[in-house]
Amino acid sequence: MTYIGIIITFVFINNFILTQFLGLCPFIGVSKNIESAVGMGFAVTFVMALASLATWAIQNFILVPLNIEFLQTITFILVIASLVQFVELVIQNISPALYKALGIYLPLITTNCAVLGIAIISVQSKFNALESFVAGFAAGLGFLLAILLMSAIRTKLDSEWIPKPFRGIPIAFITGGLMALAFMAFDKALLTNLIG
Amino acid sequence: MLKEFTKGIFRENPIFIIVLGLCPALGVSTKVINAIGMGAGVIFVLLGSNIFVSLLKNFIPEKVRIPSYIVIIASFVTIVQMVMEAFAPALYKSLGVFVPLIVVNCIILGRAEAFANKNTVMSSIMDALGMGVGFTLALLLIAFIRESLGAGTITLFPVGSFSGVIRIPVLADNPIRVFGLAAGALLVIGFLKAFFNWYSERRAR
Repeated sequence: MTYIGIIITFVFINNFILTQFLGLCPFIGVSKNIESAVGMGFAVTFVMALASLATWAIQNFILVPLNIEFLQTITFILVIASLVQFVELVIQNISPALYKALGIYLPLITTNCAVLGIAIISVQSKFNALESFVAGFAAGLGFLLAILLMSAIRTKLDSEWIPKPFRGIPIAFITGGLMALAFMAFDKALLTNLIG
Repeated sequence: MLKEFTKGIFRENPIFIIVLGLCPALGVSTKVINAIGMGAGVIFVLLGSNIFVSLLKNFIPEKVRIPSYIVIIASFVTIVQMVMEAFAPALYKSLGVFVPLIVVNCIILGRAEAFANKNTVMSSIMDALGMGVGFTLALLLIAFIRESLGAGTITLFPVGSFSGVIRIPVLADNPIRVFGLAAGALLVIGFLKAFFNWYSERRAR
């Protein structure tokens, strides 16, 4: 698959939230206003791209040569947890302003299933190093796109009258469902028509 | 003791009331059998991690408790992966990436942090069973609605001459496909959550 193919696939066709159900907790939890949604979206994109690359290296340089692939789950989650901690430290030292914007979202990312999801999916798809990185970045962009759209819709919904039992989480799910219907327009056929 | 068990089933149901652990709940709920398999995996991991966390609560230093919990959870998930791959390869394949993702199921880490590290082993076991069963029942409900409407079938274990698939007469020929897709899953859980909101408010009154 070409790099453009990977990007289109992970941003639109296999959008992590709207078709794969990965990363739903922050999608519902952090989409109440646009600012925090964007912050979360960028933090996730950043970590996903790095995590996908880091776990590729661990898989191919440590797990496979030593024949201990069965430890994949436990190693990957530890790598992701330390990576998140590391990113947090680096951002804190390099750019306090960025840290202020993303800081509170970073610890939450360790348990975001999208991050472990992309690590495992990249390994299963037998991507090389650059492909893993691009896939992680694209899947993160897909997450950013979905959470941004969702937060914009929810801000509008705040000024509408909604039946009481549907307020809050239920209407967010139903909105997500309708967005997922719209995303069904992006399918494999579209990719073939675009890039052959 | 019994209260620790029953709270997870309705009053603090992980999916419908606390709203945790959604990704697997929606990802694997296209077939009833997948929901059973996922539920069994989560109950096992939850039980194992709750027991170990409550046993080790006095030995794990406060500062590294979250990474320690994650290691405990990941070890049990690895056991589930190996057992499932060996004894139920078809199920393992159809659950796919969601089996390793039990590690990041927020219910499990949530129970370790919110319950098991402050309570005795016995009540942690009851809590794990209650939460696990509550999660499984919620998953079964979602899977039952999605599979019966979306495919017109109910898939269970094959036993003897019974293939494991029950066909629902009218729906099997005219399934409402959208319920099997991502969009249907989100709509189903939205309406179910609204129903539970309405019901608990009515009961409170």
